[in-house]
Amino acid sequence: MTTTPEMTPATATPLTTYLPQVDDDAPPPVPRRSLGRPSPDEQLTRWGPWLSSAALAWLVTQQLLPLAGVAWFVVSWFLLGLVVTAVTAAMHGGWIEVKDRVAAAVITGGALSVGVALVSTVGFVFLRGWEPLTHLNFLTDDMSGVGPKDAFDRGGIAHAILGSLIQLGIGLAITLPLGIGTAVFMTEVGGRFARLVRTIVEAMTALPSIVAGLFVYTVFIIMLGQPRSGLAAGLAIAVMMLPIIARAADVVLRVVPGGLREASLALGASRWKTVWHVVLPTARPGLATAVILGSARGVGETSPVLITSGAAAFFVTDPVGGAMNSLPLFIYSNVRSGEEQAIDRAFGAASVLLMLVLLLFVIARVLARPPRAKATSRRRLALPRRQSGSNAAHASDQPSHQPLDQPESQDPR
Amino acid sequence: MTTLPSYDAAAGQDIRPRRISRKASGVDAVFEHSARAVGASVLVITGGVGLFLGWQAYPTLSRYGLGFFTESSWNPESDVVGIAAVLTGTISIAIVAMFFAFPLSLLTALFISEYAPERAKATLVAMVDLMAAVPSIVYGLWGYLLVMPHAGDLAVWLQRNLGWLPFFDVRGADPDAAVVDASRYVSSSFCAGIAVAMMVLPMACAVMRQVFSQTPQGEKEAALALGATKWGMITSVVLPFGRGGIIGGTMLGLGRALGETIAVVLIISPTFEVKPNLTEIGSNSVSALIAGRFGEANAAQLSALLAAGFVLFLITLVVNTLASVVVNRSRSGAGTDA
Repeated sequence: MTTTPEMTPATATPLTTYLPQVDDDAPPPVPRRSLGRPSPDEQLTRWGPWLSSAALAWLVTQQLLPLAGVAWFVVSWFLLGLVVTAVTAAMHGGWIEVKDRVAAAVITGGALSVGVALVSTVGFVFLRGWEPLTHLNFLTDDMSGVGPKDAFDRGGIAHAILGSLIQLGIGLAITLPLGIGTAVFMTEVGGRFARLVRTIVEAMTALPSIVAGLFVYTVFIIMLGQPRSGLAAGLAIAVMMLPIIARAADVVLRVVPGGLREASLALGASRWKTVWHVVLPTARPGLATAVILGSARGVGETSPVLITSGAAAFFVTDPVGGAMNSLPLFIYSNVRSGEEQAIDRAFGAASVLLMLVLLLFVIARVLARPPRAKATSRRRLALPRRQSGSNAAHASDQPSHQPLDQPESQDPR
Repeated sequence: MTTLPSYDAAAGQDIRPRRISRKASGVDAVFEHSARAVGASVLVITGGVGLFLGWQAYPTLSRYGLGFFTESSWNPESDVVGIAAVLTGTISIAIVAMFFAFPLSLLTALFISEYAPERAKATLVAMVDLMAAVPSIVYGLWGYLLVMPHAGDLAVWLQRNLGWLPFFDVRGADPDAAVVDASRYVSSSFCAGIAVAMMVLPMACAVMRQVFSQTPQGEKEAALALGATKWGMITSVVLPFGRGGIIGGTMLGLGRALGETIAVVLIISPTFEVKPNLTEIGSNSVSALIAGRFGEANAAQLSALLAAGFVLFLITLVVNTLASVVVNRSRSGAGTDA
C-alpha cells in the first residue's frame, strides 16, 4: 500500500493507490558502478607502482649505484614498490589508505618469498638429482662395490629405500597400536591417570630427535650390547614418533562429537562397541592423517638413524643382522664425503625421499577428505527409485526435506 | 485429575533405587583395563626416556656442578667438560632462525587467512603442511649448497656496513679487501639459522593460520561495516584475537629450532667458543655436539653427552609447555569445542 503524503485524514476522500508511472521525460538511467571489482583506474593504481618501481630499481641498481646482481634488483624493486605504492595511495586517500596498501603489499611479498623459498628447495633438489635418476639402476641397484667416483650407470639406492621402509615398518608396528591405544585410553576411558599420561605424552613431544636416538644408542647398543642395526633404528624412530602420533590421534578423537557416543550408549551398546563401531570409524580419516604425517616425519628424520643404524652399502633385509642403510643416512653420508659425484647421488636420493614424503602426504590428504563421491553412489544404492542427484532440473523437483545430505544415517554398517 | 503414586507401606515392598555402578563389566572391563595397560605402557616408555636421561645425566651434573654450564670447552680427555659454548650456539642459531621465521610465518599466515583468493586457500594450506613434512635433511641440502654462498655474500655486506655491531663483526677478515676471504663468512650460526628457519616456519605458520581462521566472522564484518580498511580490520580484530596463536606458534617453532640437528651439522664448522659474532665461521649446538661425539664416547663421555641432551630436552620442554599454556589461555579457540 502506498499513500502520498498530501493525503491527510481531514480530506475524507477514499484511499487510493498510486502506481508508479513510466516517466517519459526522465533522464536516461545512469549506469550503476560495479561494486564487485576494481575499476580500470584502481587496477592501474594497484599494478602501476610495481611496473614503475621495476624500471626505477633497474635504473638505480644497474645504472646509478654499484649494486649489480639480481638480488639487489629484487630487494630494491620491493622497497621502491612500497614507496611508490604509498605515494599513489596518498594521492587520493589519507594515511589510513596508505597503511592499508602498504600492509597488503608487505603481506603479499612475505608470502611470495616463502613460496619462492619452498619452490627453490624442491626445484633445487630435483634439478640436481635429475642426472642420477635418469639411470634406471639408480632405483634398482645397491652400492656394493661402487666407489663414490663411479659413473651413475653403476650402483643405486635401492638398499637405502628398502632400509628406510623396513625401519619405518618397525617404527609403525610399535607406534600404531600403542599410539592409537593411548589416544583411545586418554579420550574414552579418562580419569586422573589418563590426565597424567596426557601430560607426559605432551611433554615428550618436546624430545629432540637426536636425544631419542642417543637414548636408544645408550640402552640398546651400549647397555644391551646389541650391534647397530635396522631394529635399533626402528626403535629410535618409534621413540621419536610415539608421542607425536599419540598426541595427534588424541586431538582427532577428541573432536568426535559427543552426541554420537551418547546415541550409541543410549541404544544399549557397550563402551567397547561404541569405541569400535562409532568413535574409531568416525575418526578414521583423521587417524589415518595423523599416522601418515607422523610416518612422513619419521622416514625423513636423519639424526636418530645416524646414531643407531650404521650404514651398509648393500641390501640388508634382516633387521637384527647388522648395519642397515636408509635414505636420510645415505644422503647425509654422501654429502659429507664432499665428492661431486656422491653429492649428486645424494640429491638423487633426496628426490626419491621427497617423492616418498609427497606420496605419503597425498595419501593423507585423500583419506582426510570427506568421502563425497562414495556417499553419492551409496545414496543411489540406498534409494533406488530416485534419479541421480546431479541432475539439477530434477533435483529442484524433489521435496527438499528428504535426507539428501546424510550419507552416514544410511550407512548400512 | 492427577493421582500421585503413593507409598504403600503396608505392601512392604522394597522400592529403594537400584544401585548404579560406574564400574565396567564384561567386555567393557576388558576394554577398560587393556586401554589402561596400553596407556600405562606408553607412560612407562615415554616417561622412562625422560627419567633415564635424568638418571644418566646425574653423575655428570654432580661431578662438574655449575661448572658444567659455565665451561665452554669440551675435552673429556682432560676432564674439562661444559656446555656454555654449545648452549649459546644453540640459542644463537635459534634466534637467527626465529628472526627470519617469525615475520615470514606471520605474513604468510595473514596472507592465507585474509588476502588469498578463496579458491586458492585450500591449496596454500596444503602447501604449508607439505612444507612442514619436507625432511630436515632436504632443508639442510638447500641451506648448505644453495643458500650458504649467498648468505656469505650478505655477511660480507653486513660487516662492511654494520660491522660496528658485534653480531656482524667477523674477526680476522677485512670486508674491504680486494679479494675478500669468503671462507671466513660461511658455516656460521647465521647460515645454519637460515636453514633452520625454513624448518620452523611452516610449523609456526600452521598454528597462526589456524588461530586466525577461528576469528569470529561477525567481528570481522563489524569492523569492515564500521568503515575499517582491510588492514584496519586485521589490526583491530584478527591480530588481537590471534595473539595467543602468534606467541604460541612462535614458541613451538622455537622448540623445534632448538632441537634441530642435521641441517646444523651439515652447515656449521664446530667450534667451542662463546661469541656474539653470528656471521663468523664456526658455531655449535647441543644436538650437533651429540651427533659429532657419540661415536668415540666411552661411558663417562656418554653420560656427559646425555646430560647435554637432557638440558636441551628440559629447555625445549619449558618452551613447549609455555607455548601450549599461552595458546590455551588466550581467547583464541574459545567456543570452538561447543
